[in-house]
Amino acid sequence: MSAHQGLATAYVHAGVVQISVANLIVIALMLVVFILALVLPFPHSRDVEAEDDHDQH
Amino acid sequence: MTSTDRRKGNWTARLGRRLDNAVPPGRRLPDRQPAYVRSWIYVFGVATLAALLFVLASGFALAIGGTTWWHTSAVGHFLNSVHLWSVELFFVCMTIHLWGKFAMAAWRGGRALTWITGAVAFVGSIGTAFTGYLSQTNFDSQWISTQAKDGLNAVGIGAFFNVLNPGQMLLWHIVLLPSVLGVLVVLHVILVRRKGVVPPIDAEPPARELPSRPLESRPAVPSTPAETPTRRQP
Amino acid sequence: MNAAKTRRDKTPDAHLFPTRPYDLVKEFVIAVVVIGLLTFLLAGIFSSPDKKSISLAQWAQNAPADVVATAVGELAGTTTSATYGPPYNNASTGQKLGPLSLQKWAGVRQPVNSANDFVIRPLHDVSAADPALRAALTQWTGASSQQQTAWAQRYADLLARRPNAYLAGPARLGFGPVPIIATRYLALARTGALQSLIAGKSAFYTSNLTEPLLLLADGAYLEDVARTDHLGGDQWGMMNETGNYPGQPWMWLYTFWYQIKPFSTSGNADALVWGLMMALTAVFVFVPFIPGLRSVPRWIKLYKLVWRRD
Repeated sequence: MSAHQGLATAYVHAGVVQISVANLIVIALMLVVFILALVLPFPHSRDVEAEDDHDQH
Repeated sequence: MTSTDRRKGNWTARLGRRLDNAVPPGRRLPDRQPAYVRSWIYVFGVATLAALLFVLASGFALAIGGTTWWHTSAVGHFLNSVHLWSVELFFVCMTIHLWGKFAMAAWRGGRALTWITGAVAFVGSIGTAFTGYLSQTNFDSQWISTQAKDGLNAVGIGAFFNVLNPGQMLLWHIVLLPSVLGVLVVLHVILVRRKGVVPPIDAEPPARELPSRPLESRPAVPSTPAETPTRRQP
Repeated sequence: MNAAKTRRDKTPDAHLFPTRPYDLVKEFVIAVVVIGLLTFLLAGIFSSPDKKSISLAQWAQNAPADVVATAVGELAGTTTSATYGPPYNNASTGQKLGPLSLQKWAGVRQPVNSANDFVIRPLHDVSAADPALRAALTQWTGASSQQQTAWAQRYADLLARRPNAYLAGPARLGFGPVPIIATRYLALARTGALQSLIAGKSAFYTSNLTEPLLLLADGAYLEDVARTDHLGGDQWGMMNETGNYPGQPWMWLYTFWYQIKPFSTSGNADALVWGLMMALTAVFVFVPFIPGLRSVPRWIKLYKLVWRRD
């Protein structure tokens, strides 16, 4: 892999793939956020009720 | 003719019933969700909607000044930046939402149309963004239009959808495509509310205990509009 | 039973499961606030790119040899627009998607005659006070198309060897009126009047810039500028934006095909890539009905993270 620093833009080359650093950051952030969304605990109420008395969802 | 027959023939009553049953009462703005809705992955649908609001609002504001306003006005340029970044956030949230929904196989339980409306909205969003790029009235528009024309011309679409015509492209961007997208988004959200959030893969609801009051005294709430109240969803 | 579901889909009704309080409206408001803050923060810090458009006058100012070569190419009928085919002309039958000649079937809906629309007619419109130009145009329009092509092609070959040859004095015989037409054309482009002469015609309002854009794209300058920003097709340009900004990462699969054979070496690349992407889009839209693909979530087991018991 090589990074080319132009006058104003940076690109990463890997074989036939060329991607801007800006795009790479966006994609990397998306993957990180996706993984965090899956693993971080979600705050929730312990007040669980059976469905019987409600049709509120 | 009985009064019931007269109501059946009444288009207004029939439309009213259809609209009521699209999302049955109790499911429109419920204050409870299934206990399995307990993950941060679930927020990306609403985050996408929130981003879309800012896309529309900033687009609305840009329309006030016109297509070239943002080149010479600092306020216009800032609104253009808001439009750009809300679009980026829209696509980021929508894609993460898509990844999550695929991982959950969220089309199960009769939710194929929810998936389809979402997928078509995704593709439609790309098309809407594309016409937006063509409406920037700067170098980007010149380059993107002269390149994209080749793909569209190659399959005959370019003969009618002329990307080199900014007047046409602008109207597709601000009128035609957002309208279609809006309808898809509304349908998508209605379907989510109507069906409820998809249960986990292989989950079974807990066995019912003896009811605290007889079933007959409860109001009959149909699980889907077309079915009778006592029929379970298969 | 819902007829749309398969026999094997035993997904229970979501409304049969235990519930807990959940505030959808509060969630929506929080999402609006968070997304709003993020949007305004990003807009305030990073702004947005606005690379100025290239006017035909700027093209003439920055790349005069390119303007001259392009004008001569239009006269010779060798430029991209002159040889394009539908929807602009019948110079070629266009691309095919397998046996389907979609480009040809759509027909010539935006007729363009590159030599006349881009070069001859605009020059004619400003030739009233220029006898030498009028004579050159008369000589051109009075010649047979074979003679016109021979003159223009010969001059184009000279310019290919010596791009600044147009700066030399009167050209030797064999090029006909082409050298005068070319140098007058450059002068006209420099005035800034060329675009309205091409696009404006007799209409006051015009929102259709097909012809000036085709002319600009016939030259090399537009692409040269684009390539400095990595916007070229073989640079994955479809994904990129001018400057150091994120572009359109979601276009990754569309532009990927152009980078590899057989697409990268095919004359039908655009049609083939479009067809392939339409097929893949259909697969994406109809995932719920595709056996195997709709079972992938079960195999990759990411759902276990979503629905784990804490």
